[in-house]
Amino acid sequence: MIERGIHDVGGLDEGPIDRMEHDRVFWEQRVDALMMLLTNPKRPGGRLMTVDELRRGIESLGREAYDSLGYYERWISSITANMLEKGIVTVDELGAKLADIEAREHHA
Amino acid sequence: MTGFALGSRVRVRAFYPPGHLRVPSYARGKTGTIERVCGTFENPERLAYGKSGDPRMLYRVRFAQSDLFDTPHASDTIDIEIYDHWLEAV
Amino acid sequence: MSDDHDHPHDQDEHPQTYHERLSIALFELLVEKGIVSAADVQAEISAMEGRTPDRAAQLVAHAWCDPAFKARLLADGSAAMREFGIDPGTMHLVVVEDTLETHNVIVCTLCSCYPRMLLGVPPGWYKSRAYRARVVREPRTVLAEFGLAIPDDVTVRVHDSTADMRYMVLPLRPPQTDGWSEGKLAALVTRDAMIGTAMVRDAALT
Repeated sequence: MIERGIHDVGGLDEGPIDRMEHDRVFWEQRVDALMMLLTNPKRPGGRLMTVDELRRGIESLGREAYDSLGYYERWISSITANMLEKGIVTVDELGAKLADIEAREHHA
Repeated sequence: MTGFALGSRVRVRAFYPPGHLRVPSYARGKTGTIERVCGTFENPERLAYGKSGDPRMLYRVRFAQSDLFDTPHASDTIDIEIYDHWLEAV
Repeated sequence: MSDDHDHPHDQDEHPQTYHERLSIALFELLVEKGIVSAADVQAEISAMEGRTPDRAAQLVAHAWCDPAFKARLLADGSAAMREFGIDPGTMHLVVVEDTLETHNVIVCTLCSCYPRMLLGVPPGWYKSRAYRARVVREPRTVLAEFGLAIPDDVTVRVHDSTADMRYMVLPLRPPQTDGWSEGKLAALVTRDAMIGTAMVRDAALT
């Protein structure tokens, strides 16, 4: 049995290709923009992340997450994991911020 | 390590390690031809972990479709970019 | 897929998913820490949304009309892009030419690498598991699903963007377009023709 990464799909047996196109929604555009800014080699202070780290983070999500999450859901999962790994954000900060955002949503 | 010449035959190593790899499984252990010498780039296997300082020569390798998959179209090809440490001379 | 909403800017009108909230959390934290600015993020969004295949179509038309430029484009895609006034950024562009004997098609089986600086955001199908899995294994069947029937005497070349190069197809100029202006030619060139899942049709036939 050959070990292949969850992302290594070339040649696998798959069904019809869904050609329906969807515009990206705002939060997806913003995730993409964050990636561009974080990985820019000309960023003052240097880049904070590489696209290779983004990919590795996505490949590390596990098969279930990889298969069920949307494209930008995988991106934000990976970017956040990388930011935690690098100590740029902490678990505590994320937890507090997420709770705050949820509270804002319910009071909107 | 000396480079591979344009047109030379190379085989992709049939290794299956974990890690961030950019060699698709469908090409491992397969033989193709150097179609282009792409230049030197940082090894993505290390960049993926925030490490650099390992520049590698990148090659474009052309495979016959029929060497990779079951197809009646013998002249169809697949070109893949592969780093030198994944290739061995045939 | 969970990422199809009808109201791109009306975040408050739908229940936010966990990942959407996570994206807001990270954005706000990074702004608070001075790592990114909201203005820079908005500028990136605008820049990306503004990148459409139109400029690439003009590049194709220019290559069709200027053989010396076409030669430069095939030799060094990024340099030719820059010459044409499109900033390639750090992208290494390789342009592959369709001929009467060869049809090219681009994929990234491992993720979704795409010449974004030239063509903009890739379509969902290009990033889909089904396309990535099948186009290397059965390109002619996939192309037929896109409406392209490739004759047996034409070679199909699939390009899997596994590393630092990004690919664009220089499609075949359709027949009976002699003397057409570059603008008129560019209007025929679609994004899918530059990925390889369509051919450029003569406008007179549509």
